[in-house]
Amino acid sequence: MNQLKRIAGLCWMVVAILAYSILLKTTFAQISAKPTTDTIVQWSIFAIIFFPIAIGLVIFGWLAWKGDYDHLPISSEEVKD
Amino acid sequence: MQTTIEKKHIRQIIFASSVGTLIEWYDFYLFGSLAPIIAMQFFPKADPTAALLSTLATFAAGFIVRPFGALVFGRLGDMVGRKYTFLLTLVLMGGSTFAIGLIPGYEKIGFAAPIIVLLLRLIQGLALGGEYGGAATYVAEHSPDHKRGFYTSWIQTTATLGLLLSLGIILVTRKSLDANAAVSIKEFESWGWRIPFWFSIVLVGMSIYIRLKMSESPLFSKLKSEGKISTNPIKESLMKRSNLKMVLLALFGATMGQGVIWYTGQFYAQTFLENACKIDFEQTRTILICAIIFATPLFIVFGNLSDKVGRKWIIIIGMLLAIISYRPIYQQMLNLSNTKNTVLDESKTKIESTINVGANKDYSLKTLTTQQFYQNGITEKIIHVDTLYNDGSEKSQATDKFSKILPNDSYWAMVALVFIQIFFVTMVYGPIAAFLVEIFPTKIRYTSMSLPYHLGNGVFGGLTPFIAVLLGTIYTTDPLVGLWYPIAVAALSMVIGALYLSNKLDPNVND
Repeated sequence: MNQLKRIAGLCWMVVAILAYSILLKTTFAQISAKPTTDTIVQWSIFAIIFFPIAIGLVIFGWLAWKGDYDHLPISSEEVKD
Repeated sequence: MQTTIEKKHIRQIIFASSVGTLIEWYDFYLFGSLAPIIAMQFFPKADPTAALLSTLATFAAGFIVRPFGALVFGRLGDMVGRKYTFLLTLVLMGGSTFAIGLIPGYEKIGFAAPIIVLLLRLIQGLALGGEYGGAATYVAEHSPDHKRGFYTSWIQTTATLGLLLSLGIILVTRKSLDANAAVSIKEFESWGWRIPFWFSIVLVGMSIYIRLKMSESPLFSKLKSEGKISTNPIKESLMKRSNLKMVLLALFGATMGQGVIWYTGQFYAQTFLENACKIDFEQTRTILICAIIFATPLFIVFGNLSDKVGRKWIIIIGMLLAIISYRPIYQQMLNLSNTKNTVLDESKTKIESTINVGANKDYSLKTLTTQQFYQNGITEKIIHVDTLYNDGSEKSQATDKFSKILPNDSYWAMVALVFIQIFFVTMVYGPIAAFLVEIFPTKIRYTSMSLPYHLGNGVFGGLTPFIAVLLGTIYTTDPLVGLWYPIAVAALSMVIGALYLSNKLDPNVND
């Protein structure tokens, strides 16, 4: 199971990059097709707000790949670095 | 075993926390439900800057500011205490809602109007970001271990009940401003929309009174007396790898999927009924109200069940059911409102023309209503309104209002279809407060649980109706294309949750 969790970590990194690339491509396409204030603001907000989330999914995938999720903490004592 | 006094005490805590949170949701949804009227009053489309401010008010408060509110008030809650923080969020939310109801329109004070509304809307978003985590944490930290899911599930009912309250108060106000329905609606759009905003101050006043009587969370008080409270909760939540991984897991494995299911079942369903199925304004609202009333007790049922079988699989199964059922459910919603495969009974067509004098007697409304009856029982209504002013001028409505009224059997079938969607909401949302509380330690709990909650619900969930509608405008051949967004997000979350989350209940949240 832990092996699967680690391999899936690579998938999450790829999913994050792919999904964000699609969002960026759609944003540019929509703004070029209809460069009104509403379109520019709406799609720019989508692109900006999902950027840190995509980064978060990459970090999640990386942590999974490194084995951080092989064991989940069961007490606060374990939440210390 | 709990004594009767302990049970009474926890009931008071749940009541005080839930009422305040319910009011905050009411305040927040009020703006969304009245968005078209607010836009007319404060953000005229003809003015590009006002239109820009309108878009920002819609998007910024709901999606960007909520997670910031989670960080700001989460930090405060982990440093100063739960009680005073969620009292502050309540005051901010209630005050800004009441103030929105007082602002003169764009026609009177120009640009100041949209700017003030935007600022107040941002305060609303911030306050909401801080409220939920505080209430859920506060109740959970008072709950016995074996009933944490059950007790916190009462907090989980508040978002849905807040929506219900806002829909109900808008409907009642809209109908009660004049004996004549058309005039009442016109008055509501002119000034009556302010009443639900003013009403908020009464609710908030009562809630503040109740909350002031509450004491601080015992776990937080203990930490404080031992000098163990966090000095920098945001840093501890997000910079410590061992806690950051749990924040990310909570977001991608639970709240992200839960958020899209919540907003699909209760907001996109409403948008779809009104825009794709073209169901009448009031019928759309009453369908949603009935479905919410029938489904709300299930939040408690699933919260309670999660104490017995664990939180994880209830949430994951809820996501799975939603993923596989959404397209058939929405296809059936379209079928129920379809008039293409049925025959129009032209002999029954009714055309009515009425003229009603407005409340201030400075205008009259000339309403032309055409009603067409189909053999499957659906009534199509086309309303054209002209406003006749006393100075002789006349203003015609830009477009005719087109709506369908469902017959009784289709109406209740539609209620059942929305109910099924809210049933999924209760599965994914009922146990989630207890789940979030249990995976984070007391000293950074408020901050750590608020952030994934508001990213999942504010960003992923809150954007659902907009993205779904946008997809529909890009890919026009498939009326159900908008559903791919919640389906894809919920599917990703379900796989991550199933693979990485633990189903073990944390017996000890005192750490």
